[in-house]
Amino acid sequence: MQEPILSIAGLSKVYSGGVKALDDVDLEIRKGEIFALLGPNGAGKTTLIGAVCGLVRPSGGVITAFGHNLKNDWRSARARIGLVPQELSTDMFETVERAVSYSRGLFGHAPDKARIHEILRSLSLYEKRSSQIRELSGGMKRRVLIAKALAHEPELLFLDEPTAGVDVELRKDMWEQISALRERGTTIILTTHYIEEAEEMADRVGIIRGGKILMVDDKAAMMKRLGRTEAVLQLAEPLSELPPSIAAFPLELSADGRELCFRGGDGTGKGRQQVADLTKALIAAGIDFTGIDIRESSLEDIFVSLLTEQEEPA
Amino acid sequence: MIAFNIRGTWSIYKREVMRSLRTAFQSILSPVLTTSLYFIVFGTVIGARMEPVDGVAYGAFIIPGLLMLTLLGETTSNSSFGIYMPRFTGTIYELLSAPVGVAETLIGFVGAAATKGLILAAIILVTATFFVDYEIKYPLFAALYIMLIAASFSLFGFILGIWADGFEKLGIIPLLILTPLTFLGGTFYSIDDLPEPWNSVALANPIAFLVSGLRWTFYGTSDVPIALSLGLTLGFLAVCTAIIAFIFKTGWRLRE
Repeated sequence: MQEPILSIAGLSKVYSGGVKALDDVDLEIRKGEIFALLGPNGAGKTTLIGAVCGLVRPSGGVITAFGHNLKNDWRSARARIGLVPQELSTDMFETVERAVSYSRGLFGHAPDKARIHEILRSLSLYEKRSSQIRELSGGMKRRVLIAKALAHEPELLFLDEPTAGVDVELRKDMWEQISALRERGTTIILTTHYIEEAEEMADRVGIIRGGKILMVDDKAAMMKRLGRTEAVLQLAEPLSELPPSIAAFPLELSADGRELCFRGGDGTGKGRQQVADLTKALIAAGIDFTGIDIRESSLEDIFVSLLTEQEEPA
Repeated sequence: MIAFNIRGTWSIYKREVMRSLRTAFQSILSPVLTTSLYFIVFGTVIGARMEPVDGVAYGAFIIPGLLMLTLLGETTSNSSFGIYMPRFTGTIYELLSAPVGVAETLIGFVGAAATKGLILAAIILVTATFFVDYEIKYPLFAALYIMLIAASFSLFGFILGIWADGFEKLGIIPLLILTPLTFLGGTFYSIDDLPEPWNSVALANPIAFLVSGLRWTFYGTSDVPIALSLGLTLGFLAVCTAIIAFIFKTGWRLRE
């Protein structure tokens, strides 16, 4: 198996007020992947990123990036890591180009105007390169933060809520940028509130809550394992109970017997086949229906379901 | 393994110097104007009626004190703002996540603040020639001592910028402590001329040792032995460096 680009073992963080933000977190990130870290507010996503990037002092555990232990050999590791923070924190009076060039130098790289211009072009910032950052829109400022993070050509890039507060068009644009980065070989870890963002881009998904990692899996495997097909059939005549011929299907009657609700499958499309079989069985049993609504569960359904399970008392 | 990030250091230094130039009116012209007014009032107008102090014309006598007044205030303020502003705006995330440690950070921020202090000192000395006649007895020693003071108080300002949790605290130390202590530290008079107990009280003021030390490099006369002034300055530099090393080691007010 390929050696992970980032390895986190037993990471914990207790803030001075006693809040346990991270609780014995183990996580491995593979080279070249897009990893989405999902979790509600206060779950520990930003603390986890901060611990890797040097903004937060871990209370315990070991973080290894590119084979360097971050406690002892942090310079070598940090030189290869980039961070786009959640907050729009920039030097408002600096020009775009100077701010991005500063970031490149800060991370130990020689000045390279052509490279900086290339980054600015790729983020549609080139025309604004001489503008002060305070003159830019919120979306443009976020692009500047991405440009600053890319200035030193990091191999591992953290994006903390990269599309928070940006409009739909810009969000899609940023997704394209992130995909382009992955194609160039950059490993990306992103946190997001937009589940569709993770669903669209991530190779693997981790779910964190209360400082604990609840689950880490390939997105496709997670969908397959936890996904469901849900179908609602509107019946022509209400049923008081399920006939024996369809009792083997995972069905429930609702709306006073006027609706038949199917919940089954496994996220691979198997459920759709079962719904087709169900319709045949209904016709064979002489049960008429007037409509069918069918949908596959999304990553969001899985996310909500996992969190709900955690909330339920033992 | 990266031992020292020289490009990172240069980037911080360059940016901080550029920041000062961006606010040149406030950071350079304003202190020069203030000091010029001191020279006009105390050096030319009042100084013409004053007796020489320790054999030095009064207008020339006050130059080291006035220089110290500007140097302490400006190096402390510039350095404290340099590190406080990134903390305030949140841009410090970039510095903390970069491959730069305490050495690079200090050389960058403190070096830039000290550079600005030295530029100011040079401008003030040139400005002084328009108002009073003076000659520096030990110019090399004076330059080294000014550099030492600029570096020490830039370090002090750096600590202040990390300690402060609001703009008010940033201003308190330079305005309410450094400026009064410099005024009372023999800027306008020789501490030797003070009667007891005020002479002993004045010698409890550490700034008096610095003013005295700088005056010795200018005119060869001082209120306290130069070795004592130099020792105190070096001691202050060492204490500030140790505190900053502690701050970076523990992450106090920098890393959560």
